[in-house]
Amino acid sequence: MPNPKRRNSKSRGRKRRTHYKAAAPSIAECPNCHEQKLLHRACPNCGYYHGRSIIIPKES
Amino acid sequence: MRHRKSGRKLGVTASHRKAMLSALCTALIRHKKIKTTLAKAKETRMVVEKIITRAKNAVATEGAKKNVHARREVARTIRDRTVVTELFGEIAPKVASRPGGYTRVVKLGQRFGDGAEVAILELVDYNTGQAVKSAVKQTKAKKAPPVRRASAKKATEAKPDAK
Repeated sequence: MPNPKRRNSKSRGRKRRTHYKAAAPSIAECPNCHEQKLLHRACPNCGYYHGRSIIIPKES
Repeated sequence: MRHRKSGRKLGVTASHRKAMLSALCTALIRHKKIKTTLAKAKETRMVVEKIITRAKNAVATEGAKKNVHARREVARTIRDRTVVTELFGEIAPKVASRPGGYTRVVKLGQRFGDGAEVAILELVDYNTGQAVKSAVKQTKAKKAPPVRRASAKKATEAKPDAK
């Protein structure tokens, strides 16, 4: 079986991994209650999505 | 390879999947709105849309009383006679003008316990405005009379609510 000839140096591996990045989630303001919410999801604060009330959130 | 094979396996065996989707379809038609994982919601949608279309076409072409065969075909999936009656009697006429797309999936975000994406699956024609408060929902569930096989029905009823 073919195998790598040389072990990757720490520098080489780390340079490759500079592109492994965590992306921030897309967040926008809820048009109904103006809290921050995830896009394309019902607002966890007021339960609205697309101008409609989807769920009644639990009062904690 | 799974090229051109539609549908999710949902991590369960074929018989388990069939039973689970059947239970979810029944629950959706009974309650008009169910909360489940996103994958299950999308998978249930595929099954339940076909059932509703079957009922709708039967009611439209054969009238109210003559659709015995369609009822039996639907009853293969909807294992509850009262729910089948409701589907043919109320839901089918209500969605008569809608060319498919009777259901809506709304994502709710991730569940605390396992991080699964949760969604609401609902019938479009029954959920147009304000969400019903949970207290109203409970009284509705109590009203539904368990005619036959009360224990079996309770099991199917409880399951999708928990998910």
